[in-house]
Amino acid sequence: MATIIIPTPLRKFTNNSSRLQLEANSIQEAVNELTLNFPDLKKHLLDENGKLRSYINIFVGNEDIRNLQQEETVVQQDSVISIIPAIAGGLFI
Amino acid sequence: MINIEDVALEGMFEDALHGFPFECCGFLFGVEENNNRSIKLIMRVTNITKEDQRRRFSISSTDYLQAENYADENNLSLLGIYHSHPNYPAVPSETDRLSAQPYFSYVIISILNKKISHVRSWKLNDQNQFDEELISQCISSTKK
Repeated sequence: MATIIIPTPLRKFTNNSSRLQLEANSIQEAVNELTLNFPDLKKHLLDENGKLRSYINIFVGNEDIRNLQQEETVVQQDSVISIIPAIAGGLFI
Repeated sequence: MINIEDVALEGMFEDALHGFPFECCGFLFGVEENNNRSIKLIMRVTNITKEDQRRRFSISSTDYLQAENYADENNLSLLGIYHSHPNYPAVPSETDRLSAQPYFSYVIISILNKKISHVRSWKLNDQNQFDEELISQCISSTKK
C-alpha cells in the first residue's frame, strides 16, 4: 500500500494521523480515497470543480507531480506521497 | 495564547533585520498543550518569490518538507510560519489571508525605519478570517 503524509495544518481533518496507508494506482485515486475517508479534507484539497487547489502541492518521493503526469501520476505500492501546502504571503494584493 | 521563547524571538528579529528591506520568512517549532502554544525555536528559510521581495514571500516545497521532517525527528510540532513586514504594520494582508493554512500561527514582525517595531501573531478561524493570538511571556520584551 502507498503511504500518504498529511501536513501538520490538515491533520485535524484526519484524526491527527500524520501518515496513512491506502490502495491507489494513481494520485487521483489516492486523493479520492483520502477524501472519501476524511470528507472534511475535501474542501482543503480540491476546488469546486474537483481539481487540486493551486496552493496544494503533491510530491511522489521527491518529485512534484506537476513535473510528472499530474493527477495521473502512477503510484506504486511503496510510493510515499506528500501533501505540501504552498506557503506564501505579502503586503498587498 | 502563544508564548515565544527568547531564542526563537531573537532569531526572528535577526532574520528580519538582516533581510530588510526584503521580507524574511521561516518556520516555528514548539509544543502545544490545552490550546497554549510555546514556540521554542525557528528555522530560517530562503524567500524564493520571483515577485518583489519587499512585499512578497514564498517558501519552497523542499523547505516545507524539511521542516515537517525536522519536527518529527525532534519531537516538536510545526506550529506556524513567521515573516516580516518591512515598513508596514504587523497586520496580515489579504494576500497573507488567502495563502494561510488552518492551524498554523502566523507571526509577523513589523520593521519601521530599520528597527523592530511590533510582533504580533495571527491564526485563521473557522470562517477563514484571521484572529489575533495573544502573545504571552514574550520574554525579551519583558526584560527590556
